[in-house]
Amino acid sequence: MKTGNSNTWIYDKTFEGLLSLVFDCYEIKQFPSKILGKTELQTSMFTADYEVISDEIKAKRVWKGLNKKISKLSCEMIYHVFLSEMEDIEILLLNYIRKIFDSPENIEYNFRNESVLKMLKINKKVKREAQRIIMFVRFQKTADDIYYASFEPKYNVLPLTTKHFKDRFADQKWIIYDMKRNYGFYYDLENMSEVTFTESLVDTSSGQIDKSIMAQSEEFFRELWKTYFDSACIKERINPRLHMQFMPKRFWKHLTEKQR
Amino acid sequence: MNDKILKKLEILTNSAKYDVSCASSGTNRSNSGKGIGNAAAWGICHSFTDDGRCVSLLKIMLSNHCIYDCAYCINRRSNDVERTSLSVKELTELTIGFYRRNYIEGLFLSSGVIKNPDYTMIRMVCVAKELRTLHRFNGYIHLKSIPGASMELIREAGLYADRLSVNMEIPTETNLKLLAPEKSYADILAPMRSIRTGILTSKEDRKKFRSAPKFVPAGQSTQLIIGASSDSDQQILNLASSLYKQQELKRVYYSGYIPVNTGDKRLPALTNPPLVRENRLYQSDWLLRFYGFGVDEIVSEKHPDLDLELDPKLSYALRNPHLFPIDINKADYEWILRVPGIGLKSARLIIMSRRYGRLNSRQLQKMGVVMKRARYFITCNELSSLTVNEMKPEYSRQLFVKKILSKKSKLPGQLSLFDHERVKMLR
Repeated sequence: MKTGNSNTWIYDKTFEGLLSLVFDCYEIKQFPSKILGKTELQTSMFTADYEVISDEIKAKRVWKGLNKKISKLSCEMIYHVFLSEMEDIEILLLNYIRKIFDSPENIEYNFRNESVLKMLKINKKVKREAQRIIMFVRFQKTADDIYYASFEPKYNVLPLTTKHFKDRFADQKWIIYDMKRNYGFYYDLENMSEVTFTESLVDTSSGQIDKSIMAQSEEFFRELWKTYFDSACIKERINPRLHMQFMPKRFWKHLTEKQR
Repeated sequence: MNDKILKKLEILTNSAKYDVSCASSGTNRSNSGKGIGNAAAWGICHSFTDDGRCVSLLKIMLSNHCIYDCAYCINRRSNDVERTSLSVKELTELTIGFYRRNYIEGLFLSSGVIKNPDYTMIRMVCVAKELRTLHRFNGYIHLKSIPGASMELIREAGLYADRLSVNMEIPTETNLKLLAPEKSYADILAPMRSIRTGILTSKEDRKKFRSAPKFVPAGQSTQLIIGASSDSDQQILNLASSLYKQQELKRVYYSGYIPVNTGDKRLPALTNPPLVRENRLYQSDWLLRFYGFGVDEIVSEKHPDLDLELDPKLSYALRNPHLFPIDINKADYEWILRVPGIGLKSARLIIMSRRYGRLNSRQLQKMGVVMKRARYFITCNELSSLTVNEMKPEYSRQLFVKKILSKKSKLPGQLSLFDHERVKMLR
């Protein structure tokens, strides 16, 4: 669909691709009104006017430029907001980045401006989701001593959590897997690598690994944890609303203590 | 480990759960090489029980045998409860097994007093020592120091633990004597002072030698039971404030008394634990620690108890209408923090943004200011409505109480327990 001034660009949905897109905008002095991933385009009514080719050098130049203009924290915020994968997030990001490059003064702390404040709020949501993975991930031990955990985060935050797990569980092998986006990370005591399962022994409805590959002690520890969780509650203070506010239902599926 | 441990875990968790502290923050223990775990400085909650309290640590008792007979305690000698103990090995295995599965941040170990204080304390220190040395465990360890234990043992505990706590339990000594005749403030304050000295010395040493051992890096905390004795909020907050100032405590926890021992005439007959009062005390504690309030601005001889219907900041503002309205575009940070409806985060956003131009009410709202409250206490660009000064104090109180009550009726028992020290992240 092409109407009046609409200008639809497509890219490969990577962060590098988005930064390359910014570069191209300034180079050809045109700005898209709609940005879509290549695969998204196929299911939409739009036609592409321009295709961005991801280019490491271009992306690096834009990233360097941003780092000169704004603080490291605000640069990280751009990446976090990108990971939200919200609809039309690319347009918000492009507008924000343009504002940073085009404004003579530093606008990163000008929260009077709506898009600056919007960035801050989405950033908060993404960071919170990453924090919740760190909180709510439950590892299950397999017979070959790998600790496995799966998760279905709202935003694509797995890359924000791997450092934490690597630092903490340096002496155990682990896999943390995003079942929604079908990719994960495997740490083998030395290196960490991205993995995708083609077939798996994980029950998609509960995130539990199959009994055939479970370590012997695993079920006992699960029972211990459930016992602990139930005993730690003070009946006189029961407060389901507060409970749900802190631990929303969408996480229960993968929480050992919530599996009955 | 076998099935017996399930029962033990149940009993000893039930015995430990009334201790409200669950913080795992304030320490930064990195994983040196290939040990297990690290401690994140901001603390992490791993689950929330059905009462909405955070589960960060494996909070458990080594034993619920106890030689003391404190009126408020479920484990007192005269109670007929099932008694059991965990061995050092069982405890370390549980801790490590839970930790590796990302169930917990670490261990919070307390105990009933078996035989005598030192006998008990030795066992607790042993658990911490094995975790640190044998298992190379770098996660969080909180030990409750046993009143009356020797200073040497407490010093040793401090070398392995991230946090030590000595619970005061009852906010005045007269009432402590009444409810726990075998305890005294001297027994509680002595280890507290010793821990404080240990922390200060270690800090000094570490300035000179970076390799000097850490001593209780996450500081010490204590707990006060609320509503088991007749103490006023003024007495409680004055005690808390002096503990923060003189003993340099990291946290004072307030635990609404849960009537675990019915039939003891020394205790009040409560049908429900005083959760609202507990919440108001936490709010006041926050005002003391982060908002720059003094105790006498929150409670006084004239108002010794906190208003249960209004939060302490709002009641402060209503008692002092002459200090308002505050000009959002000009006032200092400290004054902006005093406005009801403005929190630490929105106050910071205000300060940062107003350099770029004047702020209006819509922008304030977007920044997270609760305008329903704040509007009566501020002036900003274009907002010139009724302020608290043009209203009669009785009327303005009614205005807020009514709003809060109507909200309450929809959300029975809706309270937030500030169990975790998230606020640290803001600083």
